[in-house]
Amino acid sequence: MKVTAQPSADTLTLLLDGELDASSAIVLDTELAKPDILNYRKVLIDCAKLSYISSAGLGVFISHLQRFQDANVKLVFFNMQEKVFNVFEILGLDALMTIVPSAAEAEAA
Amino acid sequence: MKSSLRIACSRSHLQEVRDFVRNYLNSRQLPEITINQVVLAIDEVVANFIIHANGEDETQFLDLELAFEKHELNVEIADNGDTIYLPGAHQSPDLRAYIKEGRKGGMGMALVNRLMDRVEFFTRGNHTVCHLSKHLA
Repeated sequence: MKVTAQPSADTLTLLLDGELDASSAIVLDTELAKPDILNYRKVLIDCAKLSYISSAGLGVFISHLQRFQDANVKLVFFNMQEKVFNVFEILGLDALMTIVPSAAEAEAA
Repeated sequence: MKSSLRIACSRSHLQEVRDFVRNYLNSRQLPEITINQVVLAIDEVVANFIIHANGEDETQFLDLELAFEKHELNVEIADNGDTIYLPGAHQSPDLRAYIKEGRKGGMGMALVNRLMDRVEFFTRGNHTVCHLSKHLA
């Protein structure tokens, strides 16, 4: 699992590459836990190369969501593969998180 | 056709487990989403065995066996440790509460129960065994 951060003005884009499981979730957790992430207005999660997510990966996003909301930082997922979106759907997380098809829609969200 | 895998109780082997399950299912011409759902259910149970039942003790091991009977996939996951791990009935997680609490865990077995047709934990001697099954057309 590789996480690449691309900061630009008020937006931080995190590109996820690989499989997010109970072993690799710590890499993403470390990135999302950085205090200066709350200085951005938006954190966009580019999921194009995210090929797998388990409950440990979902748990990382859930555990930071309230902190982001309290700081008025919007968390938006985009470019999500169908099989990964399906995992969000099974738990009903698609209704609680902002997931859009494209980068353009993520920037507009 | 049966296939089996033995791994040490370390999270670093979860990738190997997923690759093993994918390879086993790839010959069945199943939709990608279906394969991912079965891989996910097995990954969740194996992770629970590694972390909760065996405390990530790499001297312990798990045995995973996959077998098809007509269109039914049967999975057995068994450990070698002496701690009995029998997760209770899992309710639907209250995700809004989880978000508020900043909670990381508590969704894995709910996923497994939604993804598989049958989920059973039981003991065999001093060891814990999990059976999963799913009808795959």
